[in-house]
Amino acid sequence: MTVTDNPTGGIIGQARLRKEDPALLTGEAKFMDDLVLPGALWVNCVRSPHAHATIDNIDTTAALAVEGVTAVYTGADLAEDWAGPLPCAWPVTDDMKSPDYWPVAQGKVCHVGDIVAVVVADSRYVAADGAEGVVVDYSLLPAVISIEDAESDQVVIHEGLGTNVSYEWPLIPDPEGVEAAFANATHHVTETYVHQRLIPAPMEPRGVAAVPAPHNGDMILYSSTQIPHILKVMAALTVGIPEHKMRVIAPAVGGGFGCKLGVYPEEILCLALAVRHGVPVRWTEGRTEAATATIQGRAQRQTIELAADENGKLLAVRATLLADMGAYFQLITPGVPLLGAFLFHGLYDVPLYSFTCKSVFTNLTPTDAYRGAGRPEATYAIERAMDVLALAVGVEPDEIRSLNFIPTEKFPYDSPAGLVFDSGDYQPALDRAKELINWEERRAEQAERQAAGSKMHLGLGISTYVEMCGLAPSRVLASLNYGAGGWESATVRILPTCKIQVVTGATPHGQGHETAWSMIVADRLGVDPDDVEVLHSDTAISPLGLDTYGSRSLSVGGTAIWMATERVVEKASLIAAHMLEANADDLELTNGVFNVKGTPGAEVPLAEVAFAAFTAHDLPEGLEPNLQAEVTWDPPNFTFPFGAHIALVEIDEETGEVEIIDYAAVDDCGNQVNPMIVEGQVHGGIVQGIGQALWEEAIYDEDGQCRSTNLGDYLVPSAAETIDMKLDYTVTPSPTNPLGVKGIGEAGTIASTPAVMNAVVDALRHLGVTEMAMPASPMRVRRSIENAQGGAV
Amino acid sequence: MIPAPVGYIRVDSTEAALAALGEHGDEAKILAGGQSLIPLMRFRLAAPSMLVDIAGITELSGISVVGDTVSIGAMTTHSALEHSGELAEACPLLAHVASVVGDPAIRHRGTLGGSLAHADPASDLPAAVLALGGTLVASGSNGSREIAATEFFTGFLESALGADEMLTGIKVPVSTGGWSYQKFNRRAQDWAIVGAMVAEGGAGVALVNMGATPLRASAVESALAGGASSVEAAASAAEGTEPSSDNNGDAAYRKHLAQVLTGRALRDAGME
Ligand SMILES: Cc1cc2nc3c(=O)[nH]c(=O)nc-3n(C[C@H](O)[C@H](O)[C@H](O)COP(=O)(O)OP(=O)(O)OC[C@H]3O[C@@H](n4cnc5c(N)ncnc54)[C@H](O)[C@@H]3O)c2cc1C
Repeated sequence: MTVTDNPTGGIIGQARLRKEDPALLTGEAKFMDDLVLPGALWVNCVRSPHAHATIDNIDTTAALAVEGVTAVYTGADLAEDWAGPLPCAWPVTDDMKSPDYWPVAQGKVCHVGDIVAVVVADSRYVAADGAEGVVVDYSLLPAVISIEDAESDQVVIHEGLGTNVSYEWPLIPDPEGVEAAFANATHHVTETYVHQRLIPAPMEPRGVAAVPAPHNGDMILYSSTQIPHILKVMAALTVGIPEHKMRVIAPAVGGGFGCKLGVYPEEILCLALAVRHGVPVRWTEGRTEAATATIQGRAQRQTIELAADENGKLLAVRATLLADMGAYFQLITPGVPLLGAFLFHGLYDVPLYSFTCKSVFTNLTPTDAYRGAGRPEATYAIERAMDVLALAVGVEPDEIRSLNFIPTEKFPYDSPAGLVFDSGDYQPALDRAKELINWEERRAEQAERQAAGSKMHLGLGISTYVEMCGLAPSRVLASLNYGAGGWESATVRILPTCKIQVVTGATPHGQGHETAWSMIVADRLGVDPDDVEVLHSDTAISPLGLDTYGSRSLSVGGTAIWMATERVVEKASLIAAHMLEANADDLELTNGVFNVKGTPGAEVPLAEVAFAAFTAHDLPEGLEPNLQAEVTWDPPNFTFPFGAHIALVEIDEETGEVEIIDYAAVDDCGNQVNPMIVEGQVHGGIVQGIGQALWEEAIYDEDGQCRSTNLGDYLVPSAAETIDMKLDYTVTPSPTNPLGVKGIGEAGTIASTPAVMNAVVDALRHLGVTEMAMPASPMRVRRSIENAQGGAV
Repeated sequence: MIPAPVGYIRVDSTEAALAALGEHGDEAKILAGGQSLIPLMRFRLAAPSMLVDIAGITELSGISVVGDTVSIGAMTTHSALEHSGELAEACPLLAHVASVVGDPAIRHRGTLGGSLAHADPASDLPAAVLALGGTLVASGSNGSREIAATEFFTGFLESALGADEMLTGIKVPVSTGGWSYQKFNRRAQDWAIVGAMVAEGGAGVALVNMGATPLRASAVESALAGGASSVEAAASAAEGTEPSSDNNGDAAYRKHLAQVLTGRALRDAGME
């Protein structure tokens, strides 16, 4: 594959404003709840207030008596409506234990928020009033909340499975080698970290509407989803609607971060109820409802061990995970830890590697992909442990990293976990980040403050990362037992008036695909990006696609766009050659004009070629009319973005408050199509990762009640908590695709959490604090200081 | 969240509001800025059957300084307090405290009367009025009466206001002596985990979120009156308090914070 270092007609690489934004900023964009559907019935889900209980009786009398309530259904009432349970597309091992997950619970509930009944009414408000009237008798069962309790199997949640352990997934290419490396190591670091559960908080919670056409069996499903294409297939199978009768539309989607990458009970319910009632049926999620009804992220306990020689050179890395699946499997729940399985050695050159993941069910909301999915977890473990190793060896954290970076000349790099890292050049990113943060001066200032006995402590934390994105080569997905491929589809169509229509299967929900895709096409064709319209998110318009997640859109979907454009240009050049009575091989397309190389004046504008292709009055023999090409691109490899982030924090010893006072990030996502979009992704990603480090946590009590179900209790950082960041980039193109691009959607989230936590520990180490759990809340930080000092100080 | 069904009337005079309250009894609730009441209704923690919206009573909005007294209408918004030049001169503490309530959208709707009537110990303005030694003016079927702030807060979300009464105004003394408000929270728009307020050079010291009601830190006040230093006085800030525990802080941490923040507030107010 040749990488186009400069794929450019001058448009790729421009920091252009996003064409999506005016509609989003003015309220013109229509989100789920903006849809007007006359005659629609509204659904309210009656949810379990208990984490684990049997359902003894459901009395719907009072609900049915509310004026405007059309029907109330229990799990038993709807049991015949499903062709199968909710789908899990990723059975990671052949013997993985997987409980049936029904849209409405049958017989027992397994987490707070599990649906026990649905009220159907003629307005959203009446449906809510009706839900108040549904009386459910429960017999409480002991709730399994912690991962450790789950693993003990003292209470088995899904009796039919006989255990709470779903699967064990090892990746240990050379077990004896790893043992020997640890036996011979000078330094053996063992660290245990916990990734708290996170509640994804897109600005728009979920929403669904199913609109039937009873006369011919057609069904339109509107959903605030990241994956209309996958949803169409899965929903058709689950409800038993023929796939060709299903059309899924994702209207403007107000963010997802992975939590709209599912096939949810409410989607299936609205479909089934629309079939039953023959009218549109809709549901809009409330924010508090979302806290337990929508998947949560992270939730794993990790043990990471490093074996190193006396200089700190890594000999082996061993990671052992215990991952919390929650009560059931959502679409890719079991696979999320495996997305990190290959990355626990980070960007370090390590000969030997061992990874094992054991996954368990708990009586909590199902987990699934959340921005970064698996890679933030892996990066956190290795990056925090590298700081501990640096301390053991007696070197600075940047030195231990530089010593172990995969040398640039080793790319493409055969990783000890079996991947091939496409390209990388790690040291320059770290050097630049140190420069941006003023590493040496900050270190000196930190030492001065410590010497002066200041109670405002400075801490510096580094996180260098590599991640794998661009999901994914279909063959690799097959080897991981994933239930689908990783290709993406694109159509490029030049219309008679030389305006361009592009159809993408990568479904955006805030990322800016319309802008980026039109830039890619415009760059090649030499037209104005505003003359390119990008169509998406409706399976009737874009029938083929695998949607948006895992920072895949540009490297897979964008590449498909590039290739389809190439193909259209090839055909257009045949027509142009015919018009110019020249050889197509002698033509080049610049600034929207075909010209014969070396023959000034022998030229024809693309616009004339487009019109000729449309009229088809005089086309070359055997050539079909019109200019249109469709490409499905299956990438040969993942892409491997990388970078170096450094956080500078100040900690108020008396209150325990952590403030980030400076932050430098140097990221490398290969070639950049639109640097402004890259910057936006980096900003948002960093803040989201800082959210995990300092603020966010789904807090559960011992009964499995969530104590952080609204945005006053679940602390998503706001603009006021955000700081000015110093951003820069290095550019190491990927050889995996012709655009040389990697992916930047998750990098910030992957990198920032360990940078901040390493800084927090660095700030407090001289007080005797050696570890810190997340989030580093003021009370937790204060307590850690008190404990390290031997009680209250 | 979806509130339960509720009736709504909008009135344009205090008399009409009182009449509506009289007619609907304790089924009715006054609606001011709605920034506390509407969230409770959406969670179905409150389900009044009638809302009496007093936003149309224009004479309840405004700030005036006469002599040594600042009079503020109950419907004056946090934002109006924050941006009033007159208040910034006559009582800078109150203007500042208003500016750190919630976020701008909340400050544009939330009212001083609503905040006081709601009597949330975690709210900022009640403690300010308490530290300043303010007085609340209430109107009821039996006419109007004045209630000292120290007598007003009777329990968690409970006040001395009768079901048939409404707040019409608040009076605080002109106060330009040393002042400070140390609000400790995790995000800019959040309620205080703990807050410490110093008014008039230490004559009034009040605590936010250190118990069921906003509190006067009387131990600190008397220590100061007895000539204690700010460090000595702050050490007694948590005396007699029974703060609650929640996600952000348990009682012990809150007591610790009360001491730290009171010390900072005293020093910030210019005391040694
Ligand atoms: C997200 C968020 C963050 C917030 N953060 C803070 C914060 O940091 N600090 C803070 O102090 N506050 C905060 N608040 C609360 C805010 O200040 C409210 O505006 C205030 O507490 C209530 O004022 P209101 O005018 O909105 O009253 P409403 O919500 O309309 O009413 C509150 C209660 O007072 C009663 N009431 C209102 N006016 C009168 C009256 N004149 N006479 C008798 N009874 C009356 C009502 O019947 C009701 O019971 C926050 C609110 C929100 C939603």
